[in-house]
Amino acid sequence: MRNQRLLGLIAVGLLSTMIISVSASQKSFAQSQVTLNGAGATFPFPLIDTWRVAYQKVHPSVNINYQSIGSGGGVKQFTAKTVDFGASDAPLTATERKAAPGAVQIPETIGSVAIAYNVPGIPTKTLKFTGPVLADIFMGKITKWNDPQIQALNPGTSLPAANIVAVHRSDGSGTTFVWTAYLSKASPSWNQTIGASKSVPWPTGIGAPGNEGVANAINGSPNTIGYVELNYALTTGIPYALIKNAAGNFIAPSLNSTQAAVTNSPIANSLPAGDQTWTKVSLLNSPGSNTYPIATFTYLLLYKDLSTNPRLDQTKAKALVDFISWAITDGQKLAANLGYVPLPAAVVKHDQDTLKSLTFKGTPLFTGP
Amino acid sequence: MLLIGNCKIIIAVLYDCRGVLLFSQNLANNVNKKLSSFFLQGKRRGDKIFYIVTIGAAAYTLLMLALIVYTVGDGSQKIFSFEGIKFFTGTNWNSVEGRESFGALPYIIGTLISAGIAVAIGVPISLGIAIFLSEMASSKISTPLSFVIELLAAVPSIIYGLWALFVFRFWILNLIEMPLYNAFGQSIPFFGVTPFGLDWFTAGIVLGIMIIPIVSSICREVMRAVPNTQREAAYSLGATRWETVRIAIFPYAKSGILGAAMLGLGRAIGETMLVTLIIGNAIGAAAIPTSLFSPSQTLSSLIANEFNEASSDLHLSALIGLGAVLLIITMVINIAARLLVSRMVKVSAGVKE
Amino acid sequence: MLRSRGENLQEGPRTNYKERLQDIMLRRSSRRRLVDKVVSISAIFSVILAVILLGSILIEVVINGARALSINFLTQPPGAIGSGLGGIGPAIEGTLIVVGLASAIGAPVGVLAGIYLSEFAGNGIFPSSVRFFSDVLVGLPSIVIGIVAYLSLVLTLGSFSVWAGALALSIIMIPIVVRVTEETLKVVPNSMKEAGHSLGIPKRTIILHIVLKSAKSGVITGIILAISRIAGETAPLIMTILGTDLFFTSLTGPVDALPLRIWRLVSQPYQYAHDFGWGAALILILMVLGMSLGLRLLAHRRRFKIGTIAA
Repeated sequence: MRNQRLLGLIAVGLLSTMIISVSASQKSFAQSQVTLNGAGATFPFPLIDTWRVAYQKVHPSVNINYQSIGSGGGVKQFTAKTVDFGASDAPLTATERKAAPGAVQIPETIGSVAIAYNVPGIPTKTLKFTGPVLADIFMGKITKWNDPQIQALNPGTSLPAANIVAVHRSDGSGTTFVWTAYLSKASPSWNQTIGASKSVPWPTGIGAPGNEGVANAINGSPNTIGYVELNYALTTGIPYALIKNAAGNFIAPSLNSTQAAVTNSPIANSLPAGDQTWTKVSLLNSPGSNTYPIATFTYLLLYKDLSTNPRLDQTKAKALVDFISWAITDGQKLAANLGYVPLPAAVVKHDQDTLKSLTFKGTPLFTGP
Repeated sequence: MLLIGNCKIIIAVLYDCRGVLLFSQNLANNVNKKLSSFFLQGKRRGDKIFYIVTIGAAAYTLLMLALIVYTVGDGSQKIFSFEGIKFFTGTNWNSVEGRESFGALPYIIGTLISAGIAVAIGVPISLGIAIFLSEMASSKISTPLSFVIELLAAVPSIIYGLWALFVFRFWILNLIEMPLYNAFGQSIPFFGVTPFGLDWFTAGIVLGIMIIPIVSSICREVMRAVPNTQREAAYSLGATRWETVRIAIFPYAKSGILGAAMLGLGRAIGETMLVTLIIGNAIGAAAIPTSLFSPSQTLSSLIANEFNEASSDLHLSALIGLGAVLLIITMVINIAARLLVSRMVKVSAGVKE
Repeated sequence: MLRSRGENLQEGPRTNYKERLQDIMLRRSSRRRLVDKVVSISAIFSVILAVILLGSILIEVVINGARALSINFLTQPPGAIGSGLGGIGPAIEGTLIVVGLASAIGAPVGVLAGIYLSEFAGNGIFPSSVRFFSDVLVGLPSIVIGIVAYLSLVLTLGSFSVWAGALALSIIMIPIVVRVTEETLKVVPNSMKEAGHSLGIPKRTIILHIVLKSAKSGVITGIILAISRIAGETAPLIMTILGTDLFFTSLTGPVDALPLRIWRLVSQPYQYAHDFGWGAALILILMVLGMSLGLRLLAHRRRFKIGTIAA
């Protein structure tokens, strides 16, 4: 009994110490604190999170909260106006634009999808693949690592006779959208049977939640192959493959090859206006000899008239626009270190034009160049 | 003629007046009683208020359930009008615009088999622990051990998920799945798929481990509640320990043990986060397991995976439809449990007499 | 020896029967002993298996979690992802707030409903349906409740909020408290209630001050069980509170919580994030245990003071 009492007292004491220390370290929020809540894609999350901390040093009264719940979640919550801004790797489809009239898309960074694999004995950047072969693997048509089609692309490498386990995302994701868009372009059979979307009926393989889940699954078991965003591949040190691009060269995903995808892309110089549809904008299979074929923009979602979202008042709307303006200019300096491609000048200019068009009940908000 | 008619009218009116008089007299009496009781017995009013408060609290429970049923029903209307009965029997799961098709059968199967393994593993082990704690161990061992197991019941299930993902999955993979695959993989298709550690088998086992603390605590309590006289009677007849348990304890404890098993089953079916980490998350027809080592999907884990992302109305409605299926399964299990328990109580009551 | 006796058929049928019975009993008794031994060994084996597995979980959490613990970890908000800085301060605060609010709603409602079921109600259709549907709610997957909270609160109010999370958790909590309270109160002997009636004490006083007091430990156990359950629930929180890196600002805005934070941390590709996840898991377990022990202590405190027969 006494021991129980003592234990209980210790427990209560521990708990109260925690509560006291937590509230003591809490910042006291002055009246002028502004909190911006955003949600969406997991792909830009590391970058946006770094921006969150860096921006607070420049503007201490602005607190940004971005939760990575996935591109589909970003679109959904943006449409439902339960968050101040959304983020998505996939541009809004026609249906989504109809559900959220007045939506504006602002690309804030660029990334690419890497093909990670774990085949014992085969080091990183050694395996070569083409789009059609990858489509067949993920459809379950190619089942063994030493399949003649794979072997033909990698003549010098000895591949095991093991079954391929394809790893995909179990949560709906913008990365999946980019990946399946690429496979749809590469394989008419994939396009017909499965198509491109944030969430597709995978015919085979294991699903894991999040980029990390996929990386974990690949790291943890041999003879696996899967798709992850480049910055996650770079951070975890997982082996990734060389993919054949439009010019016929096998290119590894890297900052340079991804940047080449943007600068060489015809689309990048004729981007639609922020409030138009961006479904035709694609950085897949961009021309150029050193271009990586699976690159993508990722977008911030806002309403053209920010007052459409009842959560925003004038102050918050201004703060949001200022933050995005900082992110596409000063914020880009932080991108390369994290494995993201900084926006080329043309895209930055285009985004600034979009920002200029944003209003709050008619009052323009952008005070930049 | 007129006279009689008039008399009738007069008599009728008189009767009415009498009625009104009586009524008003009655009313006055009642009001008098109420007023006097109101002032003389104020506590009655307090009791009434208390009664209303408690009945309100009980009604709130029903209200919550009504909210759940309404929200789920309303939200899943779209998918049921789109798919109809095929929602329960179809195996597609395609949310790509223009190709939508949703069927819940693979996930119903996944839910039932993983929960089935959980109960098949968890309940016997829990019974073993309960027997040990209530019959075999001295109080020096059984008190701290039961305390620890009760505490373990409070461990959040996501922690089981973490442990399963980083540690236990490899135990199962290397100690059970790989040997089985190497030995029988070529000959028996049931062991045929390359084991990965992330499949319905692993999920079922971890679910079973998760329900052990709860089920064993309840079983132990139920067994301990059996009066010692029964045990002593059995022992004095020369029964061994197992026979004592079988003859003296199980008849009393049967309904409680079944209740515990049902509780464990409910937990196993409802578990979401832990399952989504280790079940392999297959989609559509690929989620119907063909082998012990196939990845699969349960109703809850699919909802957890896709709900935050589902932006199209039909996709969202399909996920809510899965919630409706879960609601139905839960009710069916509860009804079955009640019927079984009541039958057991009847039987054992008969035996006692 | 017995067999040779039994073979002696010259003796009468009665003797033969007795000897055969003895023969059977001895053979049966060794089989009975064998069965008993097998069951005992299985029971011990189950205990050892459970201890190994459940112990492994605790060991993993403690070892991996202790690595991440520090004052910074407990009180700071998360740093920039990938930096390894910061901690889970908002998550701890958020769990306390959301679980506290949910319990403030759930505990009184549950206890009152349990009082109704055991003291006022019979077996009519209303009480029976309350009992049945409470059982259904206990077994209902928490993700369904999360969906309901999202659709009815988040969408209608236009924001992820503490209220939505607290409501979802209270829906999970109430049925547990109701059933445990009802069962515990039923055990209180009628003689106490009758004594109260005979003294002219109003019914509500009897229930609140006599019956509830004597069943206090059982009711508190039920509340502890329910709170432990909801403190660890992740699925409903994913859909209702969104999560945040900031400390609590308002009841109608997003908030963070430990189970949610663990889930998100484990989904990151950094080793420090995994360590933080284990650390958060350790804190969560410690909080739940602390609350459980603390509440039990509070419940039993009176017993030592008064020292009279409390039940």
